[in-house]
Amino acid sequence: MTAEIVVPIRSDADILLARQRARALAQPLKFSTSELTLIATAISEMARNIVTYAGKGEVLLRLERRAARSGITIVARDSGPGIADIARAMEDGFSTSRGLGLGLPGSKRLMDEFDIVSAVGRGTTITMTKWER
Amino acid sequence: MRTPILKQGKLLIASVQDSMTDADLIQLRDDLVSGVRRHRSVGVIVDVTLLDVMDSFAARMLRSIAQMIKLLGAEAILVGIQPEVAFSMVQLGLTLEGTMTALDLEEGLAFFAAKEAAEAAGDDR
Repeated sequence: MTAEIVVPIRSDADILLARQRARALAQPLKFSTSELTLIATAISEMARNIVTYAGKGEVLLRLERRAARSGITIVARDSGPGIADIARAMEDGFSTSRGLGLGLPGSKRLMDEFDIVSAVGRGTTITMTKWER
Repeated sequence: MRTPILKQGKLLIASVQDSMTDADLIQLRDDLVSGVRRHRSVGVIVDVTLLDVMDSFAARMLRSIAQMIKLLGAEAILVGIQPEVAFSMVQLGLTLEGTMTALDLEEGLAFFAAKEAAEAAGDDR
């Protein structure tokens, strides 16, 4: 099972598109309405970070299968300015853009797995997965 | 897509649609603020029953709408947050502090009706 969708992110309308594509992709999986909402919210936060900080990037959506479990992985990546202090960016309420500072730590809480790789001047890649219960 | 806003007496009722872009939310804020001035509204009900996702941007925008309307001398109430959206907001850490909320449109209308009745009773004294 390697269905994979790439959604280019260039504007706020693409944030919506990424959310809709993810909902459609996750349709056959056994997610509750609440879980689908959590996933869509996390995608929204990550895609918005791309628009706000990097200007452009992409969101990759992929169905996963590990042992008997299915899930969805979201990779949000850009070649933007990168994050200088990942530890601080993961703190609730820390923002360099007058946002609420909940995007990264909040999305980590919404998902089951959350990984962030970033280098200043080279970009940021966030990989997150939600598994079926 | 522009959010439909209905004028009902001294109230404005905005029915937020399921998929809102950032630009749509900003448009809604501008439409409500100018609508309150134009119609001399005393209350605004923002119905988010259809809204599928409330992320940090949407929450920040709705909170600022409520604050701006208060500064104009009117009152805003957010109604219809779906249980799964509420669950997601709490997980994300969104609080909407200082923003009035109610279960649904009916409760929102009841709030303003009660307020008007109380004010009318006060005038009689």
